[in-house]
Amino acid sequence: MVNDILNKISLSVQTFRTHRLRSFLTALGIIIGVSTVIAILSLIEGLNRSVAEQIQSIGSDLVFLSKSPIVMAGPQNIEEIANRPDLTPDDALAISELPSVEIAIPDISQRLNKLKYRDKEIANVRIRGTTEKFSSVNNRFIESGRDFTKDDVTHRRSLCAIGSYVAKNLFPDESPVGKELNVRGHRIKIIGVYREKGAFLGQSMDNMLVIPYTFYEKVYPSRGESVFERAFFGYSIDIKPKKGQVERVTDEVRELMRRRHRLPFDKKDDFELGTQQMLMEIYQNITRVGFIAIVAIAAISLVVGGIGIMNIMLVSVAERTREIGIRKAVGASNQNILSQFLVESVFLALIGGVIGIMLGLLLAWLISVVSPLKASVSFWMVLLGFGFSAAVGIFFGIYPARRAAGLNPIEALRYE
Amino acid sequence: MRVLNSDESRTGTIMTRGRETICRALDIHKTYWRGKVAVQALRGVTLEIRTNDYISIMGASGSGKSTLIHILSCLDTPTKGEYFLEDKLVSSYTDMELANARNMFFGFVFQSFSLLPRLTAIDNVALPLVYAGVKKRDRNQRSAEILEKIGLGDRINHRPNEMSGGECQRVAIARALVNTPKVIFADEPTGNLDSKTGSEIMDIFDRIVEEGNTVVMVTHDSNVASHAKRIVRLKDGLIDGE
Repeated sequence: MVNDILNKISLSVQTFRTHRLRSFLTALGIIIGVSTVIAILSLIEGLNRSVAEQIQSIGSDLVFLSKSPIVMAGPQNIEEIANRPDLTPDDALAISELPSVEIAIPDISQRLNKLKYRDKEIANVRIRGTTEKFSSVNNRFIESGRDFTKDDVTHRRSLCAIGSYVAKNLFPDESPVGKELNVRGHRIKIIGVYREKGAFLGQSMDNMLVIPYTFYEKVYPSRGESVFERAFFGYSIDIKPKKGQVERVTDEVRELMRRRHRLPFDKKDDFELGTQQMLMEIYQNITRVGFIAIVAIAAISLVVGGIGIMNIMLVSVAERTREIGIRKAVGASNQNILSQFLVESVFLALIGGVIGIMLGLLLAWLISVVSPLKASVSFWMVLLGFGFSAAVGIFFGIYPARRAAGLNPIEALRYE
Repeated sequence: MRVLNSDESRTGTIMTRGRETICRALDIHKTYWRGKVAVQALRGVTLEIRTNDYISIMGASGSGKSTLIHILSCLDTPTKGEYFLEDKLVSSYTDMELANARNMFFGFVFQSFSLLPRLTAIDNVALPLVYAGVKKRDRNQRSAEILEKIGLGDRINHRPNEMSGGECQRVAIARALVNTPKVIFADEPTGNLDSKTGSEIMDIFDRIVEEGNTVVMVTHDSNVASHAKRIVRLKDGLIDGE
């Protein structure tokens, strides 16, 4: 059996050698199909992986409570969201009393269009009001200076800790600690600098300014009354569950918040609970669309490639009619002939597949070198490329092979 | 082979001088369609092949001699009549069994040699053994031996286009012999060769028969036919005389 297959493979190699150019052109469809799939899959995989890492790095297993959804999925009634009760620092306090919660902090933020220090200026700084527990919830570390204390928060001190991006750009040659920034007429003293955290979905997480939320309420004493502002500007609450309690936290927080908002049982939640898992899922939903599109394109090119293989196999059967006759005359069964041609078409498709896999990997590597996208190759992609091309070889090879096997030996021998 | 009379054909078995019957064809008809015209190639042929027979089938072109040899060698099937291979009815054979019969029972030598152009002499000879499932080492050994015996020991690795017609036909004979068949069929084996080479080939057939093999050949050349111990004449799809 193994012997038999080896024989047929070596026959296929011979055929391949005699018709190098023809075989290569035939395999081209498969090559293009498989290489596109491999390249794009590894790029999507690379993207998925780096997003997963980034989501992890926001903080471990955080649960977010907010007034508005993290991502607006489809049309939603902004009016309804705007009319929901605001979340408050008191809510955070109540949540932190829950048995499954380790820490819960209020978190409120705005974008500053400009932040200046002497002649230096940066744009789009996120100013964030929160508590002294911000660092431990969000996996932040103070690199120089000090972190906030409980006193800083209770006494509404005019202090801030800055992200590394702010430090580098406003204080390139000096230590920012002890310097003062001016925000909306408030002079804020820098007490510490956070260690660099990198980017999340392309946005720097180090371009920020953290102040006590009590002081934030002085900087932004009121919020605009537009629907948009009421819906999206306000406190959210970052919750760090006790180890392995993410599920329980969401249940407990939901129950607590419904009670605090006095919601009857037949009303929907008037707040949004999100976990990192959900963030990840939202992201994956977005990439899945791209993924499906790619699979469709690849399927089309594999079908085209397969038709090419079928075509050339039919030509090959016609060319080798006499050979088939001779083989049958010396004792080849229909089965023998069928499997010989089938092995040949699978071999052809697999050669396309192997070249396609290598080309795809090369392509992914090139893209990751010249662009910020990162490629990540998994073994299953290689297997997929292999499996698909073999399947194409079998599917499109079966008809020509059956035609060869069904030839009448006498007519085949007479064929010129 | 003997042509049976009608009594013998009805009883179905004949034992003559201890020679075993290999093939028995009873009232074989073959009709095939050439376009819309039905051609009656054979119209009731009855004959028998026994061990160590050396038979020539003669006849004009269109007499049905090629069709007959194709049916006898299981390359083709009759439209009517019964053909027995060692008492087994061939018309009930599956494709697999027919292929097996061509592989194990018969060797075939064609007028146009019918070698595979891309294979060397030894690989051509070994082809039946491939389908018989013989291991590569044994295949090569047996094929080399038989090529040596037939005088082509120095041509083992030559391809058909590097050999003369006579050499090609000897490779084809070696291929027919390699799986030790019960009957070797030859369809105009000298038809594509000059007379000198042709008589060399006929000498080989004579030697094969002397060694105890069974040979059935088709020819229209009476010189060639005279090598055989028996001559069967076909005319219009019927046996005309022996």
